[in-house]
Amino acid sequence: MAVATASAQSNLTQPPSTPVHRLGEQVFDTVAEIGDVGQFSILTLIWIFRRRPRWSVLVPIFYAIGVQSVSVVAITGTFIGMVLAVQAYHSFQMMGLATRLGSVINISIVKELGPVLAATMLAGRIGSAMAAELGTMRVTEQIDALTALGTNPVYYLVAPRFLACLLLIPLLTLMADFMGVIGGAVVATQILGVDSFAYWKHSRDFVESMDIFAGVFKSYFFGAAIAIISCHRGFNSSAGAEGVGKAATEAFVFSFIAILFLDFVLGLGWNTVYRSIWPQAQGLL
Amino acid sequence: MSDGATLDGAGRKDLIEIRDLSMRFRTQSVLRGISLTIHCGETVCIIGESGCGKTVMLKLIIGLLHATEGGVWFDGQDVARLGGKQLIKLRLRFGFLFQMAALFDSLTVYDNVAFGLREHHICGEDETRTIVADRLQEVGLPPGLERKKPAELSGGQRKRVGLARALALNPEVMLYDEPTTGLDPIMSDVINELILQTQQTKKTTGMVVTHDMKTVTKVADRVVMLYPLARLAPNEPQIIYDGPPEDVANAADPRVRQFVRGEAGERLRELAQLRASGN
Repeated sequence: MAVATASAQSNLTQPPSTPVHRLGEQVFDTVAEIGDVGQFSILTLIWIFRRRPRWSVLVPIFYAIGVQSVSVVAITGTFIGMVLAVQAYHSFQMMGLATRLGSVINISIVKELGPVLAATMLAGRIGSAMAAELGTMRVTEQIDALTALGTNPVYYLVAPRFLACLLLIPLLTLMADFMGVIGGAVVATQILGVDSFAYWKHSRDFVESMDIFAGVFKSYFFGAAIAIISCHRGFNSSAGAEGVGKAATEAFVFSFIAILFLDFVLGLGWNTVYRSIWPQAQGLL
Repeated sequence: MSDGATLDGAGRKDLIEIRDLSMRFRTQSVLRGISLTIHCGETVCIIGESGCGKTVMLKLIIGLLHATEGGVWFDGQDVARLGGKQLIKLRLRFGFLFQMAALFDSLTVYDNVAFGLREHHICGEDETRTIVADRLQEVGLPPGLERKKPAELSGGQRKRVGLARALALNPEVMLYDEPTTGLDPIMSDVINELILQTQQTKKTTGMVVTHDMKTVTKVADRVVMLYPLARLAPNEPQIIYDGPPEDVANAADPRVRQFVRGEAGERLRELAQLRASGN
């Protein structure tokens, strides 16, 4: 019997391995990956509108993503405010503007640091966990089992996580904002001795409800990006502990990059719209 | 295929028809030109070395993977052309026991078995409870196990829960992916008995992917052996045996006899050559 190991090699098309070919392959893979994420996002949106996930599936996911993140987000928010107060106090005091500290701390928190740092913290806590969970389901054939049982895995696994991130991350951002405002105020007025009345008066004069809305508006996009990127990484996890670990790490890294990118793009977009509606406005996102 | 009503010599309907099926993952070909017909009510064991494409073939049959060339026809329907509700309906006619059972970690044993019934609103919660209890009893699991999570079960228990879940929707075809892998000989025999019992009591058609010859001897009506593509010449067929289980040990092809006897043969020479070239 001719066991044709050598001839069988001709079965397999070996890719050329020059640097140009490798670069081409890398570019091709990246474009394919972006297309895949786009298709994954569209599928998720279709399933959200086509059929609402069951409450028995939604509630535990909402609990894990929302309730269990409260303490982490509260601590993050509080320390953002406290650190801002400590760092800004001396510079402002030297210029004789210590009473203006509230406006700077609070505008920074509600517009930028609260949403971005809360989303970053949640990308680490929720995003990595989702990617690791779905990655484990992929490599242990649980996702195949769902499909074999006639259930669409995007409907059952991704849609509830997307909804939870989309709806709860803005609420968690509000929580981070609130704790940051409190943390900053406590350090500034109780430890650094800034006059409490002046602190809150300047805060009220400078921070508008539109500023809070701007931060929360961004957090919807951050939540959606964290959910899509993390679930996609988990769904495409390669086999073994290394594959799942890589999926979890990539979920955080790509989510973080997406948060910063979206922050920049939404900032530009928001300012353009804001200035076109209120040309006299001076606030920047 | 017009209506899937073609009959074999014993008057059984052709249920699954695999036509010129090829599967390639990037640069690696796994299946090439596979053609096979599974008749209604028979249990076919697919044997072969690890990596020869047995599991891939099972996954292609229910559309978990998409063939590079060729296709699978189930009861006259081209699986690749089905979409949406039709594909779901088709999948519900199959039960799939995965290699490591693939139980949903976050759900209890009860919820795992009830999963398909609830997702597809097959029956109310009372009837679901009865069906789950019946299926668990059929596979020999005590009622107290229902509230446990899969992580708390032994390998044999997981396989049996997987079987109960697959049987919950009364499938016409059962696909078993290495049902005895990783189990002790006694539990392997229990699983073989359950496969046999399912085949006899529920009159299901079965495809069993295995490299356990005891499973083959016990449950198979017919044996099909696949050979790894990397060891075949370009025009050699990948199916090197298709016949009754009684003859497999004395097959004309020495590669089949070597597999059945579990002899390493020329693989030891290759290993020695590799070691020598490494030094």
